[in-house]
Amino acid sequence: MKFLIRRLGFLLVALWAALTINFFIPRLMPGNPAEAMMAKFHGHVNPSAIKALEVAFGVNTHASLLSEYFSYLNNTVHLNFGVSVSYFPLPVTSVISKALPWSLGLVGLTTILGFILGTGIGALAAWRRGGVLDSVLPPTFIVVSAFPYFWVGLLSIWLFSLTLNWFPLLGAYNETSTPAWNWPFIADVLWHAVLPASTILITSIGGWILTMRNNMITVVAEDYVKMARAKGLSPKRILWQYAGRNALLPNLTGFAMSLGFVISGAILVEYVYNYPGVGFMLLQAVENEDYPLMQALFLLITVAVLVAIFISDIATATLDPRTRSR
Amino acid sequence: MKALHQLKKALSGSWKFLRRDKKALVGSIILFVLLLITAFPTWFTPDDPAAEIYTPGAGLSWSHILGTTSFGQDVFSQVMAGTRQSVMIALVVGFFCTLLSVAVGVTAAYKGGIIDDVLSLLTDVILVIPTFPLIIVLAAYAKSAGFWLMVFVLVATGWSYGARQLRVQALSLRNRDYLLAAKARGESSWYVIVVELLPPMTSLIVANFLGAALYAVLAESALQFVGLGNINTESWGTMLYWAQNNEALATGLPLWALAPGVAIAVLGSALALLNYAFDEIANPALRPVSGRKARKVRS
Repeated sequence: MKFLIRRLGFLLVALWAALTINFFIPRLMPGNPAEAMMAKFHGHVNPSAIKALEVAFGVNTHASLLSEYFSYLNNTVHLNFGVSVSYFPLPVTSVISKALPWSLGLVGLTTILGFILGTGIGALAAWRRGGVLDSVLPPTFIVVSAFPYFWVGLLSIWLFSLTLNWFPLLGAYNETSTPAWNWPFIADVLWHAVLPASTILITSIGGWILTMRNNMITVVAEDYVKMARAKGLSPKRILWQYAGRNALLPNLTGFAMSLGFVISGAILVEYVYNYPGVGFMLLQAVENEDYPLMQALFLLITVAVLVAIFISDIATATLDPRTRSR
Repeated sequence: MKALHQLKKALSGSWKFLRRDKKALVGSIILFVLLLITAFPTWFTPDDPAAEIYTPGAGLSWSHILGTTSFGQDVFSQVMAGTRQSVMIALVVGFFCTLLSVAVGVTAAYKGGIIDDVLSLLTDVILVIPTFPLIIVLAAYAKSAGFWLMVFVLVATGWSYGARQLRVQALSLRNRDYLLAAKARGESSWYVIVVELLPPMTSLIVANFLGAALYAVLAESALQFVGLGNINTESWGTMLYWAQNNEALATGLPLWALAPGVAIAVLGSALALLNYAFDEIANPALRPVSGRKARKVRS
């Protein structure tokens, strides 16, 4: 319990830090570009939305920095991010709610899938030390992990969409079909997701494999594994129930730490495939100088990562009694 | 004379290491070639990389071994000329990240107490805030990120992983007898840290330098690819930006987009391979096992 409370405290500190960074960036950057954006807004938007934007970007306010800061925090807690410039006059929150499910589906599922697959393969590789998996996988994935995510995306678009014509080119679904909960549309969505999902999978799985393999090598040398062998337990049981469980713990922490990298890569994969998720929207907001949307998306991605880290902390506490007793 | 002898010893030591470790050998050779291109770019660029004077959109030929862009530039010369920026960003960001990681990580571990608590919290917070979206936001406000702004942003977001690792290793070394002996001799903190604490951590520090350099290369090229760098510089990321904006893939010029990506991957792989080799020095359990030993372990 104490462990979870401490981690919850950390979650709150990290959230506060992200909010504060978000507040100060536009104020510290030379020649605040938000001012030009605000000029376009006057006379078109209702005064309360203007007020929220002014507080968010530090434009035209005569209030002190501290009171601006608190009204910014207040606005953020109430999800009041103002109005989007590029999707004018829609509020930022409703623009984001359109992109969010796509990212959760594509990036969320592939990240979890990559973690499970990578951890399993890594455990097997370490178990058969010096075997085929163990000698081929580490060097392969060391090299693959150094490939830029977006370039792997470009390569697969060129190979599988343009040259071989196996998969559709861009987007999340065929533009002629109408979104609905029926089988043809779902199949279409899945079909469009194959390439972006594989790109994220290929580039992220190596990290999980390598860390799990390295943890597992240390764990397999422990006495309790020798003991389990001596008792004549089946290798399968030792692999998953004894060694695997313990090697997984540092990997879960690693999962939390690497999540930021995976999300960063996923932003670029969405961009390359024009996939209508949060990352693609973030880069479009940058291009359209839509600062309110951009700031809100930054916060959203940060909050998503922090919450995922907290969930992995809960998983660690559930799997490892040592963290609970402390 | 003594210095010369030590240099000779260090050189023969690293040569033995390279001969034993294939990963390190391959990584070093690639890195050496790229450093050579960085130092003398004109030796490797047959044509002026910026000149738009050749047949636009030409395929492979002897005069343009990777074809030309749709502006009529030579792709091979552009790739060669772009090497310098990626290598420079890797070295500079790697250096400053390592400096910051060592300073924060070792100070936290050595001082302990409240200083450790504060520095560790700072490290962990920076670590979990997703860096790339943050970099995007920073670059968006700065309009276009030049070299030093890029360095600043990448260092500010990239030091935390190393600091955390170094803190853990420094903690495990902190109460060793030889350190306590140095302290008992009345040596200053600086002496104890620089002469006694840091040398055993060398391989981890080098691994961190390489990791930070790899991160810098990938993040820089990604930023330039989405148009947040200076789009008028000669670099791999910028090449990819122009290729993407002119639909190089769809218009039958895949090499324009694929070649700079291969270049990034080659530099990245070299850094990653060396990084892994140094990880294996820091943790001997990870070293590859020979065939006979492997069977013995399994049985």
